[in-house]
Amino acid sequence: MAGKTLFDKIWDAHVVNEIKEGPSVLYIDKHLIHEVTSPQAFAGIDQRGISVFRPQHTVATPDHNVPTVDQHLPIKEELSRFQVNKLTENCEKHGITLYGLNHPYHGIVHVIGPELGITQPGMTMVCGDSHTSTHGAFGSVAFGIGTSEVEMVLATQCILQPKPRKMRINVEGELSKGVTAKDVILYIISKISTSGGTGYFIEYAGSAIRGLSMEGRMTVCNMSIESGARGGLIAPDETTFQYIKGREFAPTGSAFDRAVEKWKKLKSDDEAVFDKELHYDAADIEPMITYGTNPGMGTKISSNIPTVEDIEPGNRESYKKSLSYMDFEAGTPIAGRKVDYVFVGSCTNGRIEDLREVADFVKGRRKADHITAWIVPGSKQVEKQAHEEGITGILEEAGFKLRQPGCSACLAMNDDKIPEGKLAVATSNRNFEGRQGPGARTMLASPLSAAAAAVAGIVTDPRSIL
Amino acid sequence: MSIVKFSTILSTAVPLPIENVDTDQIIPARFLKATTREGFGENLFRDWRYDKSGQPKADFVLNSSTYSGSILVGGKNFGSGSSREHAAWAIHDFGFKVVVSSFFADIFKGNALNNGLLPVQVSEKFLARIFQSIEDDSATLIKVDLEKQEISLKASGASEHFDINPYKKKCLINGYDDIDYLLSIKEKIAQFEVSRA
Ligand code: SF4
Repeated sequence: MAGKTLFDKIWDAHVVNEIKEGPSVLYIDKHLIHEVTSPQAFAGIDQRGISVFRPQHTVATPDHNVPTVDQHLPIKEELSRFQVNKLTENCEKHGITLYGLNHPYHGIVHVIGPELGITQPGMTMVCGDSHTSTHGAFGSVAFGIGTSEVEMVLATQCILQPKPRKMRINVEGELSKGVTAKDVILYIISKISTSGGTGYFIEYAGSAIRGLSMEGRMTVCNMSIESGARGGLIAPDETTFQYIKGREFAPTGSAFDRAVEKWKKLKSDDEAVFDKELHYDAADIEPMITYGTNPGMGTKISSNIPTVEDIEPGNRESYKKSLSYMDFEAGTPIAGRKVDYVFVGSCTNGRIEDLREVADFVKGRRKADHITAWIVPGSKQVEKQAHEEGITGILEEAGFKLRQPGCSACLAMNDDKIPEGKLAVATSNRNFEGRQGPGARTMLASPLSAAAAAVAGIVTDPRSIL
Repeated sequence: MSIVKFSTILSTAVPLPIENVDTDQIIPARFLKATTREGFGENLFRDWRYDKSGQPKADFVLNSSTYSGSILVGGKNFGSGSSREHAAWAIHDFGFKVVVSSFFADIFKGNALNNGLLPVQVSEKFLARIFQSIEDDSATLIKVDLEKQEISLKASGASEHFDINPYKKKCLINGYDDIDYLLSIKEKIAQFEVSRA
């Protein structure tokens, strides 16, 4: 009998029904919701006159559109206040757990799920947000859905979903100093492009992946969607179990041991066949940064922006358009450009390890005078821990401005916008035109490279000042 | 939400020959603040369509009187980025019933289908042909026949078959709703829960 992939094992165990020539009915273990993509789904439920089928399997938090200053005060912006209130109302009405602003568990959905132990191996998880793929780091099948599907989950705890194809990306070897998980995923996307993963669910494997911390694995899985893939996952191992142990909603005592026994079986069989398999060498990966307006347009910080001739003829027009938006010239070195803003945060790199990394780097140093540097912790718990570890003090001393938890300048729905024309080095996941504010120019990089840019004031290979 | 039944469409088209049109371009995040599904069409392609002072940019295709119709033709890898269904709502709300491209991002495709907006994926060659014939004559008619799964150019008669999941096709043609279906098998879902416990 042919072997099964990890993805197959989890998926198949959650299929309630198969529709002939159609999608599968997939049972969802955990559903996360936030204020922006859920109101229309609740309205749909209300219109049908039904209640939420399994409210205990949904957890809510407002993150996308919350202010990141003065969170103890009523939200000033009217529409944002309305959305957040609507979420509260809907959760109260349907008996859904809500971690609202100022709750000790509040934060970005994809940060709080793992840190509270809600995310566990073998689960199916969805959220009306494409970066739900983050949770795949625990060996779960987790992916983003649209609002119609949020309504399906609220109504029946299931969604209709065609089964994606499977890809495995192996990264073997050891990452060199200064090269982080973010560089690994930016490197992969620069190789396979923003559509290379479309139609697939990716399993990341290989010694370089196994060597990553849970935070690092989350960063990698988080950005799976930027390659077009539905999601990414990594087989759980000791690193995973240790991370989960003792967290708020993790099983305890003998229940934990039993769970670990089960989780240990969650891996692709040796004979499992993937629809596509790619191999990369960790030694080839250097600190990366993007120069264009999609996450696939990334390169080594030590290198030049590609020349127009480097680009496939069919893609040259959009390449030129992208560089003209960024105000960059093809063929020039990426390093050395003057940076205006540094943003450390988001569900990609707003976790405690990211803040630690930045703090370690800037300790005893100061940001360049012309730089505005924002640090936005991914959650209340991250914020608290950063205070306790003295990270906050180090960052403030270095001239960074610490804000309160939320998505913030990752998507700039609230006031945290990069002004028009300004160049930002950001640890988030998207560099689309206007993503961080109308006319804002975004370069995606690791927290370490962002810290280096803040200190040097220009795009810098962090290894040069490590 | 029940969807309106989809029938054959014969219309002029609006060309947007740009690759990697992402969801942040389709509807920028700052316009995602409504709690209903309506009205997003107003801000469709907001930053391409309007300048900073809110004046329409004359050179953007949606502001041109030359092009109109219920078919939007986009470049390769249309709809990448976020899962925001608002992108599909905005396009639909603006009045489009069909989006044509040589490649769609997954979530966008699903969201479109869930909202009665038909994504038609054609070959790159055929896509170039569509752009050419719109350029030759902005009033050229394009026919999208969902039943036959065929898109054709009225003027030249050139046509191409497109794929769609048979279940989704049935839903669109009959205006079926996924949630009604799921609600109808609630018993089975409850049994599934018991069997796993
Ligand atoms: S931090 Fe950015 S990518 Fe992550 S959930 Fe928030 S908006 Fe989405």
